[in-house]
Amino acid sequence: MPEQPIAVAMSGGVDSSTVAALLVRQGRAVVGMTMQLWNQRRLPELSTEHSTGRCCSLDDVYDARHVAEQIGIPYYVVNFERQFEEQVVKPFVEEYLAGRTPIPCTLCNNYIKFDRFLEMADSVGAGHMATGHYARIRYHEAAGRYRLLRAVDAAKDQTYFLFGLTQGQLARTLFPLGDLNKTEVRELARGMDLAVASKGDSQEICFVPNGDYAAFMSAYLRETGVTARQTSGEIVTTDGRTLGRHQGVHHFTVGQRKGLGIATGEPLYVIATDAERQRVVVGGNDDLLRSRFFAGSVNWISIAGVSHPVRAQVKIRNKHRAAGATLHATGDAARVEVVFDEAQRAVTPGQGAVFYDGDLVLGGGWIE
Amino acid sequence: MLCLGQVYGNASSIHYFGQGAKRQLEAARRQIASLIHASPGEVIFTSGGTESDNMAVLGVARASANASASRHVISSSIEHPAVLGPCMQLQREGADITLLRCGASGIVDPDDVRKALRPDTVLVSVMHANNELGTIQPIAEISRITREAGVPLHVDGVQALGKIAVDVDALGVDLYSMSGHKLYAPKGVGALYIRKGTRMAPIAFGGHHERDRRAGTENVPSAAAFGAAAELAAGRLAEESERLRALRDRLERRVLESIPDTGINGDRGNRVPNTSNIYFDGIDGEALVIALDLRGFAVSTGAACSSGALTPSHVLTAIGLSADRARASMRFSLGHGNTAEQVDALVDALGASMMHLRRISVHA
Repeated sequence: MPEQPIAVAMSGGVDSSTVAALLVRQGRAVVGMTMQLWNQRRLPELSTEHSTGRCCSLDDVYDARHVAEQIGIPYYVVNFERQFEEQVVKPFVEEYLAGRTPIPCTLCNNYIKFDRFLEMADSVGAGHMATGHYARIRYHEAAGRYRLLRAVDAAKDQTYFLFGLTQGQLARTLFPLGDLNKTEVRELARGMDLAVASKGDSQEICFVPNGDYAAFMSAYLRETGVTARQTSGEIVTTDGRTLGRHQGVHHFTVGQRKGLGIATGEPLYVIATDAERQRVVVGGNDDLLRSRFFAGSVNWISIAGVSHPVRAQVKIRNKHRAAGATLHATGDAARVEVVFDEAQRAVTPGQGAVFYDGDLVLGGGWIE
Repeated sequence: MLCLGQVYGNASSIHYFGQGAKRQLEAARRQIASLIHASPGEVIFTSGGTESDNMAVLGVARASANASASRHVISSSIEHPAVLGPCMQLQREGADITLLRCGASGIVDPDDVRKALRPDTVLVSVMHANNELGTIQPIAEISRITREAGVPLHVDGVQALGKIAVDVDALGVDLYSMSGHKLYAPKGVGALYIRKGTRMAPIAFGGHHERDRRAGTENVPSAAAFGAAAELAAGRLAEESERLRALRDRLERRVLESIPDTGINGDRGNRVPNTSNIYFDGIDGEALVIALDLRGFAVSTGAACSSGALTPSHVLTAIGLSADRARASMRFSLGHGNTAEQVDALVDALGASMMHLRRISVHA
């Protein structure tokens, strides 16, 4: 191997396929690898012919292999099922049972894609890895840090899920699509005649068919022989009135309106879930508004941390429009208090909070 | 190639073209029969080792006289999935399956077969050579036991054929599965030896081909290639197996000498000459396979058919390896095209990859 190759994480989709093809076109040595993360033959009761968002399906591996063949690169499927279950699926299930709303994509990025995959890249002699994420990485001389920036295509920007990336990971990662918009990517793919140029975008959490978390949880708990503690309980209002019963807090997420099974005059929303007491607290839209919260396990990216109040725009879920806020330091460098300029709807424990300064990702943490 | 271009008849047709195909098919049958010292009428063509194993295991068990009563099948825990799969299917159909365990040697103890036999045992199936370890099973001793008990013995010979001498009479087997591509014939053709008089139910219906044993038009070009490959293998078996043994031993000696924390899995004495299974403690086998492939060496962690599987090799687990050591194990297969220079280059590449991998895992 005369030149250190770049390991491209290929999912079989148009984005990562285009990344691999672009790097080859630039004359780089490329190794394609698809991560096998979840065995779709497990939990057969969940599979339907029209399941959407299935990860690691044979079709995806077939597509990735086809592209690798087209562009003439070595290609491998690497199996991280064990690590994925330990570090993504189990925490996901536990968080849900604990009444929080986890984001497995961030865990997967932190522990699998930019950790285990990078290690595998290293093992096979690749110095860098590249993925089809929409985000930009820039080295900032003065600060001596790698900075993470939002993608040029605001609609595709994936920085919300990337707040856990460390300086070491950023130093060895390439996001070639960060400066392109999706339309351009598809055009490039078509121009290079890639077999997947017209393939649809993936949606939802990859290992949960049809986005049905509750069904996945039940099937997974049944398969692994875990009996969830008593999961039914009361649905109560913020002022303590009991409105009905529910079949488990994990069926509910903060801000949810549908599926409460209660008919009342004004619309009701889930305000909080309390796994300890198996209670689901509901209230009106205004009850959902919060103006401050703490974020823990903060990872600082473009800055080293905050010692005095810092202005930022904070995003509390992927589809949330980042809202003006001030970050206040606490005694713990990895914990900040976020104070919004205007109260925000559905601040949900377990979700990520990502701090921006314009396009720059300052860092992010987990909502407590 | 003659078969593909000019012999386009159907071997079952009466006319001139059909007869041409039939001649090719029967010549191939004789070549294969000769390699295993069988009579041609006892050899039928299949699509490969997996089909042969399925036909034998399912066919014999289902044909057993006491089909309505209990049925018991004995096999081993180190069989290829092509045997374990149909055994599991029989279990779903109500049969009892005993999978014999084997120790660190990777060799089944014939005495265990004797102990496992029951009045309702309808089949014993033990492989000739294990596909991951290369270990040779004591088939002749096992067959003395099964004969005495009047139970048919099936042997999956896919991994042994062409590597060691096979004589179905000396071995005393009733059924013997073979695969063409292991002898360098094209993939997708195999054969099953069925001793005359063996009762076997078909697993496919709708034709009288292959003496009513296997319905379906024969794949004449592939069968002819398999026949030719069998004849070549028979001619060079003795010389080639000595050459491969020397290469394999060279590989193992050099790896054990130059790379620390390595060792051989399974019995070293009783093996087919071309196979070696080596553990490299502390290494992620998957990474080593890729690193070696990028350097031009094709090796595998387990059976080629199950690479990418989550669980470590069932064979390595069966002989008592920890999950970690099983994942750190590598199977090396040497073949006709391999030379001493290649083996030396492989050991060098292994050394370099190992240094790199162990350096990384220290940091990780």
